[in-house]
Amino acid sequence: MASPTVFMPPRHYLNDGYGIKSWLLTRDHKRIALLYLASVTFFFFLGGAMAVLIRLELATPVGDLVTDETYNKLFTMHGVMMVFFFLIPAIPSVLGNFLVPIMIGAKDLAFPKLNLASWYIYVIGATFTTYSLVTGGLDTGWTFYTPFSTVASSSNVISAALGIFITGFSSILTGLNFIVTIHRMRAPGMTWFRMPLFMWSIYATSLIMVLGTPVVAITIVLVAAERLFHFGFFDPRVGGDPVLFQHLFWFYSHPAVYIMILPAMGVISELVAAFCRKQVFGYKFVAFASVAIAVLGFLVWGHHMFVAGISVYAALVFSILSFLVAVPSAVKVFNWTATMYKGSVSWQTPMLYAIGFIGLFTIGGLTGLFLAAVGLDVHVTDTYFIVAHFHYIMVGGTIMGYLGGLHYWWPKISGRLYNEFLAKISAAIIFVGFNLTFFPQFILGYLGMPRRYHAYPPEFQVLNVLSSAGASILGVGYLLPMIYLMWSLRYGRIAGSNPWGAVGLEWTTTSPPPTENFAETPIVTWEAYDYQAPVEHHVA
Amino acid sequence: MAGRVDNLYFFLLAISIFFSVLIAGLIVFYAIRYRRRDPDSVGTVLHGMMALEVGWTVIPFIISMVIFVWGASVFFAISRPPDETLNIYVVGKQWMWKFQHLDGQREINELHVPVGRPVKLIMTSEDVIHDVFVPAFRVKADVIPGRYTNLWFQPTKPGRYHLFCAEYCGTRHSGMTGEVIVMEPSEFQTWLSGGAPEGSLASAGAKLFQDLACNTCHRPDAQGRGPVLEGLFGKTVQLQSGETNTVDEAYVRESILNPAAKVAAGFQPIMPTFQGLVTEEQLLELVEYVKSLQALPQVQTR
Repeated sequence: MASPTVFMPPRHYLNDGYGIKSWLLTRDHKRIALLYLASVTFFFFLGGAMAVLIRLELATPVGDLVTDETYNKLFTMHGVMMVFFFLIPAIPSVLGNFLVPIMIGAKDLAFPKLNLASWYIYVIGATFTTYSLVTGGLDTGWTFYTPFSTVASSSNVISAALGIFITGFSSILTGLNFIVTIHRMRAPGMTWFRMPLFMWSIYATSLIMVLGTPVVAITIVLVAAERLFHFGFFDPRVGGDPVLFQHLFWFYSHPAVYIMILPAMGVISELVAAFCRKQVFGYKFVAFASVAIAVLGFLVWGHHMFVAGISVYAALVFSILSFLVAVPSAVKVFNWTATMYKGSVSWQTPMLYAIGFIGLFTIGGLTGLFLAAVGLDVHVTDTYFIVAHFHYIMVGGTIMGYLGGLHYWWPKISGRLYNEFLAKISAAIIFVGFNLTFFPQFILGYLGMPRRYHAYPPEFQVLNVLSSAGASILGVGYLLPMIYLMWSLRYGRIAGSNPWGAVGLEWTTTSPPPTENFAETPIVTWEAYDYQAPVEHHVA
Repeated sequence: MAGRVDNLYFFLLAISIFFSVLIAGLIVFYAIRYRRRDPDSVGTVLHGMMALEVGWTVIPFIISMVIFVWGASVFFAISRPPDETLNIYVVGKQWMWKFQHLDGQREINELHVPVGRPVKLIMTSEDVIHDVFVPAFRVKADVIPGRYTNLWFQPTKPGRYHLFCAEYCGTRHSGMTGEVIVMEPSEFQTWLSGGAPEGSLASAGAKLFQDLACNTCHRPDAQGRGPVLEGLFGKTVQLQSGETNTVDEAYVRESILNPAAKVAAGFQPIMPTFQGLVTEEQLLELVEYVKSLQALPQVQTR
């Protein structure tokens, strides 16, 4: 990897215009990616701060740190911020925005102005929701279940819902932009099956964003309308059905889980290939597994409702379909593992995140089987078992993938290298802290501790203390990258165009890339992850 | 039931441990065995192996289906109560549980049941969605406003067990807890007869039936403007719409609150709604009264 010609290019997207206007009016997908990076990082730490308070409260069985009302608002806003303003946009809008055009050899996304508009829509939506937070908060849980959200809650349901509604359009437009770009803007020779797997997962994710998000938007409008005008869609007193809301909500929000995890899976495919210097084992199977997950994801929403009074047979149909999702997920895990076989396995930071992801996603996925088995789900649903399961997927999966990707492409984004030692340490801290936080919650759930409880019976305290201790370690693990990545912007070593010795179009251009990404449009004559040919051959 | 759920749980735990250890073991082994020693080395080219891909698609599929069938059979047992059950009514409201025994005993946040007998809870909510969860019995069911849901269990050991509300229901959600107190049958009988000042549920229903003047139309002699209710519960009735409907708790409840929804064939839709005039608890009394009406026109009291 010792390349003699590392240099900072004289002209790149970061010095192509200075001042606030050059950022706020930019149409460069790379700058927009950085706008998103700043925004989602803000919401990550805001949501994280709420998690800190939640874990502090739960260190003791009695509700003594905050009132029950405040506690309910904390977990609600933690969920809303993390899901809608961090997890859903994080990988697609930051890494996807930066990489989709570069990875397929394009100058920009298909609709650069729309891309900027998507960021503004996100900011406006996030502002509404933040407004509802500072003016009294929201206590419905991020799931907005009716009739609690429509008739009982006295918190700011409408402004929070409006914020999520608006942000949904950002998702839809970003998805649309990616779909059109991947269809229309691929460089000559970049066939579908020569695309990096990250592009396949972004494509599958974009399909869900475009098809699913309108449903949650409509559902949220119904909740707001019912609150304002008492239409009675969900009110049994006038013939409505409160459970109807759950069908509508999960019809989007289950696919939304795949909006969060599929891009992370794509990142992991890139990391495993780059740090084993080897083509991903079973490329086509991994690619089609992404599409299969996206499609099946739309057919399993009822597994959130096994105890919500749906019929026995409906539950069985949703159960068997949920098991089917396990198959493509397992295929991916096996293929990643097989990619390491006879690879040239580097232990650099992004690979540590990839390994962490595979391990944690495996546990998250396997515990999903517990929940799909309907007779067992009855006992563990609505307990800490669920909380642990989805944090293994969302935090152990998505955030591990996001951080791994951020470390992998950071030299491309910034042109500089971060401190490898600190990065390895913090990856280890995150892994340990994560498991200590969430593994005890599986046990708590099986023992019967319900979720969303401000106070709990004293026999659950030991496991809760372990979890809170883990959370404090995890918090440190998340703060460290924030510090050393910022530090590297000024003091990091110059990266050069290909610090990892990786293949892929993004490594053929300078770090940071020029505004137009490539000096001339690349012509692709090689397969994805072609590590056998000499490294120079793919410089266009 | 707890045993069946736990067996499935430990089976899944074994599968999870096997695959977690397998994957983690392979990753660690490969990471060490194929560690990059020369900074310029690349991986060996391996062409995908169809047999492997098919294998690790089919094997997880088969395992999934085994778990599915097992989970489904446990679920059937959880959702199908036996024919003979001790029925207890449950009304959830923010933030308390109200239990009504057929004999008239009422309890709040405490539920006394006898050991060894299947118990069926017939549940509804006065406001938002709640959920009865008894971890020791491995059962849980949402309690939904506007309808009845059921939950059944058969306690096997006397003792006190946690009862939680498992569906988030607002400010004092975590305070909406209680205890299931499982007693020896004889103790339970003593407890049950330890004072039920208001008489049985059905007799309270009978009084309400008079007070609300239901009896002017629903007369046992078939001379009223409404259907005869005696002996009706559990039967299948022909509806105006041509459909048929089984008379269960939900149908009685709906017919009181929304009489025009499913009018019995041969009758005019003239009954007024009692929406807002009767509480959920009074509805349960009326339901229990209708249930108690045998074909012989007399009120059966226990």
